[in-house]
Amino acid sequence: MSDRARVMALHGGVLLALLAAHFVLPAYHHGNMARIMVLASYAMGYNIVFGYTGLLSLGHALLFAAGMYGMGLAVQHPGIGAGGALVIGTFAGGALAAALGLLALRTTGVAFMIVTLMFAQAGYLSVLYFADWTRGDEGFVIAHASRILWGIDLSDAGYRYLAAWVLFALVLGACLWLVRAPVGRSLIAIRENEPRLAMLGYNTFRLKLMAMTVSGIIAGASGAAYAVLFGYAGASFAGVEYSILPLLWVLLGGAGTALGPLIGTFFMFYLIDLSSGVTTAYMLIAGAALVLLTLFAPQGMMGELRRRIWRWLP
Amino acid sequence: MDLGPYLLLATLEGAVMASVLALTAVGLSLVFGVMRVVNIAHGEFFMLGAVLAWYITQVIGGPPGLGFVAALVAAPLIVGTIAVAADIAILRRLDYDPERTIVATIGLLYIIQQLTLMGYGPEARPVGPPFNARLALPWVQIKDGAFALYWPWGLGTTSYKLAVIGAGAIVLLGVWAMMARTRVGLVMRAVQADRDMALAFGIPVERVYAMVFGIGAALAALAGVLVVPISQAHYLMGADPLLLAFTVVIIGGLGSLPGTVVAAILIGLSDGMISVFFSPTLAKILATLLVALVLVFRPQGLFGSRAG
Repeated sequence: MSDRARVMALHGGVLLALLAAHFVLPAYHHGNMARIMVLASYAMGYNIVFGYTGLLSLGHALLFAAGMYGMGLAVQHPGIGAGGALVIGTFAGGALAAALGLLALRTTGVAFMIVTLMFAQAGYLSVLYFADWTRGDEGFVIAHASRILWGIDLSDAGYRYLAAWVLFALVLGACLWLVRAPVGRSLIAIRENEPRLAMLGYNTFRLKLMAMTVSGIIAGASGAAYAVLFGYAGASFAGVEYSILPLLWVLLGGAGTALGPLIGTFFMFYLIDLSSGVTTAYMLIAGAALVLLTLFAPQGMMGELRRRIWRWLP
Repeated sequence: MDLGPYLLLATLEGAVMASVLALTAVGLSLVFGVMRVVNIAHGEFFMLGAVLAWYITQVIGGPPGLGFVAALVAAPLIVGTIAVAADIAILRRLDYDPERTIVATIGLLYIIQQLTLMGYGPEARPVGPPFNARLALPWVQIKDGAFALYWPWGLGTTSYKLAVIGAGAIVLLGVWAMMARTRVGLVMRAVQADRDMALAFGIPVERVYAMVFGIGAALAALAGVLVVPISQAHYLMGADPLLLAFTVVIIGGLGSLPGTVVAAILIGLSDGMISVFFSPTLAKILATLLVALVLVFRPQGLFGSRAG
């Protein structure tokens, strides 16, 4: 089998399995999987910047929240319908990412991490400050009427799962295409050796800005989808925790692999879900996982698989 | 109150804040300067200092002064030891790679914070100050063409707050003396200037790193102990000092100790002032945006030189 056929078979198989799970999963896990697919889409957006381009952003919650609040506020205040609001949320994520990139990409390494962290913190505080519109910490529930898209009621568990699957499939397809296209290859080259790429005549700033923007569009779309599917927008999604979580998911699943974000989100979601039944200090698991991963498995699960068995994994 | 007394009060409160902030930020700056490690878990060392102060005063009992003095000595030592252990167990194995250590210290942040939540609980607990005399302050007023002193209502401070300002100044002088006048400081500066050359001259760089990480954490813990009689000990109290300490270190120039102290005083004082005129949230938004923009456009800090 050619590499291309293998890639299609593996990723298509995963998508089919997720679709099949819709018919067999019990209600509780069915709901969890819908959530995991939306969050994994967010993680895939993060993976473009972190895993493929090698830029460690600590501020992606800003972009996720831009999508969530872009969608939520659009239906709440001017009263735009769900379809238009989803577009607004996605656009908000992309536009904010481009603006963030224009500023933050002037720095590199540690400074880039702190700048993104600080801008995201300013975004989080702004959500709290404009509490008249956002209702601050408490957040707001998105009315049932605003969650109907083309006559399909997205608050219904079955449609919600399918909508999450569609989002996940679209993002996975886009990521697969991107990282196998020449432009994606040059992103990977930036990760490996940016000065060499610049010497070869590539405009690395423009490439990195493009990676940030695409990542922001995906993060914004995931945030908007989260708002419409689960009917809630709150400040906690803008907090630093939601910048750290995609980093954790991607590290666990394997940075720079197309399926890594899904695997990482799946395992971390269930790990936290199980441990929160035992203790309120469930973030302990996240902290321990971060330390252990950086120490012992910086490549993550899919990264190890690629290193040992499937060398062709994108 | 008139504006004058109000500003004096804001300045005093700001000076207390600046003192605590300077201690925390100098620890962060020391670790970054010598080790090139951005320690995201620094705020948790501050929190551990405060929480340990509560434990120690509970265990020792007796007059409030006794337990507090014990905490002042023991808490930084314990936290410093924890930090040295974390350095040996985690940071050293990562070979002090800047990006991987950031991720690891984020993990460390959650581990310390959540273990504190499990052991200490979600309550905020107070620790009594060793002494706490209220001092009313006078203000000048022109009455019948002559200056007269009067004591406006609400204008005052406590002896403890003044002691915090003094303690902060003394410890900072001590850190400066250590860095500038002792052999240990010389070794640290040598490692900061050129790690490989220091290694070639037989300086045990790894041991210096462990010590610097321990001292940095101990300074944060000391700030935590000092602040706990003013604000209570709580497991989430590390987040604000972390952000403020970052602000200070970045504005003062990454890794520059004098710049850090100047920036701490500036930010501690202006935080009090800004909060008088704006809402605290807006003040924080402006401060974080300022930090981000300083890093983008003046990465050497407001006071640093480009070469430094």
